[in-house]
Amino acid sequence: MTARARRKNLAVLGAVSVALVAVPAVLIRFGIIDAYTAQILTVAGINAILALSVNIISGITGQLSLGQAGFMAIGAYSCIFLTQSVGLPLPVSVVAGGLVSAFAGFLTGFPTLKLTGDYLAIVTLGFGEIIRVVLVNLKSVTGGPNGKQFTTALTAYADLAWVVVIGSLVAVVALLQNFLRSTYGRAILAVREDEIAAASSGVDVFRYKMAGFVVAAFTAGIGGALYAPFIGFVKPDISSFNRSVDYLIYVVLGGMGSVTGSVLAAFVLTYLQEFLRFLSEFRLLFYPVILILVMLFRPQGLLGTREFSFTALAARLARARGNGRARDAGEGR
Amino acid sequence: MAKDKEDLRKGCRLPDSVICVDGLSIVFGGLRAVSGFSCELARGELVGLIGPNGAGKTTVFNMLSGVYTPTEGTIRYVDRRGRAHDAHAMKPHQLASCGVARTFQNIRLFGNLSVEDNVRIALHARREAGVLDALFRTGRFYRDEERLLARAHELLALFRIDGKAKELARNLPYGEQRKLEIARALACDPQLLLLDEPAAGMNPQETKELMELIALVRSRFSLTILLIEHDMKLVMGICERVIVLDYGRTIAAGPPAEIREDPAVIKAYLGEEAMIDA
Repeated sequence: MTARARRKNLAVLGAVSVALVAVPAVLIRFGIIDAYTAQILTVAGINAILALSVNIISGITGQLSLGQAGFMAIGAYSCIFLTQSVGLPLPVSVVAGGLVSAFAGFLTGFPTLKLTGDYLAIVTLGFGEIIRVVLVNLKSVTGGPNGKQFTTALTAYADLAWVVVIGSLVAVVALLQNFLRSTYGRAILAVREDEIAAASSGVDVFRYKMAGFVVAAFTAGIGGALYAPFIGFVKPDISSFNRSVDYLIYVVLGGMGSVTGSVLAAFVLTYLQEFLRFLSEFRLLFYPVILILVMLFRPQGLLGTREFSFTALAARLARARGNGRARDAGEGR
Repeated sequence: MAKDKEDLRKGCRLPDSVICVDGLSIVFGGLRAVSGFSCELARGELVGLIGPNGAGKTTVFNMLSGVYTPTEGTIRYVDRRGRAHDAHAMKPHQLASCGVARTFQNIRLFGNLSVEDNVRIALHARREAGVLDALFRTGRFYRDEERLLARAHELLALFRIDGKAKELARNLPYGEQRKLEIARALACDPQLLLLDEPAAGMNPQETKELMELIALVRSRFSLTILLIEHDMKLVMGICERVIVLDYGRTIAAGPPAEIREDPAVIKAYLGEEAMIDA
């Protein structure tokens, strides 16, 4: 790609990102998007960040994790603690929440990343449960099973919450895409594809697995640190196994390894769960049926390993228009 | 430091050796897969490692490339600057970055990645741009990417697969996958190349081309090559020396002409009766 094409691409992506953040925020502000829908869409944004976290470790680094909700909980509770007890401003606490979670990822990564496949899945599952039990029992800091109240500006203003959550999501997506399309991203994908071949090609396998794990923990921590001030309340349940599995479902459904696939699946499935509410109890039946159908007919997930890209879309449109023109010309003759 | 170098060179007989292996053994449970394997490769040599199935050839490769840690014995490895390393304590990626590259018997490509990415991954150690350059797409990042991509295409062109650079590695035909694996190994900028059955599954014409290609890259990259191969024509045709393994033991070593006549080798390959008939 030439420097000019790069600038054009950057301008298009920048404009789309700003529009994604600003337009719905204005619509929410003036009540055109109602409070209920705004809430669902913002939660979907947080879910998308968490789905990306699972995608980083499971889809991209290739290590199955069933404990990402544990890192989310660490991010959420750290954010509350740092704001309420230490008195840091909220934006600083959110980033710090991510960092605390990343550090926890680093510590757990040492003993666990030597394991692969099912073994790692079970250890991470245990990790999530440990975090939950700690949160229940550490009453003085976490408020125990009753959870913790955390009302902030994000709880009060839906438009602000949208801007912050979707802004963070856009930043995570942009940085992740840049990372993946670099020599570092390729090294991490090599680890997923074949550890022995990666090592023999000069890639430090353990280091890149650790990098994937820590970045995934950081992302989950940020997700949690945004969730707490937005919802205004957290309980230790946030670290439950079910939640980890929900995020894994988004990733599998969107396509393991596809960044845009995870985001898309998070939005579609979060909205779907709300949309199906009119079925009341049967909702719990329909959701799994949809999952089974997708897995039967599209086992690689909605996007597979592909990414949605404006450049590819523009190229396809141009091609379609070119074909149309060729056809017109043919008819004219 | 000088003393260390002296110590590490001890046991190397040749003045210009790339790798000196002494008394290498490995035990899996109760099985002694390789025992007392020794060899020394001078710079620029092409040596064949042969033996019947299950003789322990690939196990030797796995120890030399750091995949397995030997139970006994030493591996000393001398890099381009003449510094000796104790390869016993080194991990595969450390060995790769100091000049030992290999291919695999049952091809191990990064199947879901493109052909050019397969080679670019092996160029990872030569990156100049940092993570922050990559995350924020600085000018340095783009220059680095261009440089690595150009280098990758150069290597692919050597094997005439640059036309398929954007295809997924797993979609290449078998022979080209083998070539891609060698290209990827060369991207590590090795001085010692370990080729594990490069001609397996190839027809005679392809094998002939491969032999020429190996000779070409050997002189072009001034490589030292250790080669496992079952195709005797290939081994006898291009190797200067051959080491024969049987049941984990070295039963013969020497120039191809000698090996061909060696009674122990004939016995290992053809059995006792063939010996009597001969």
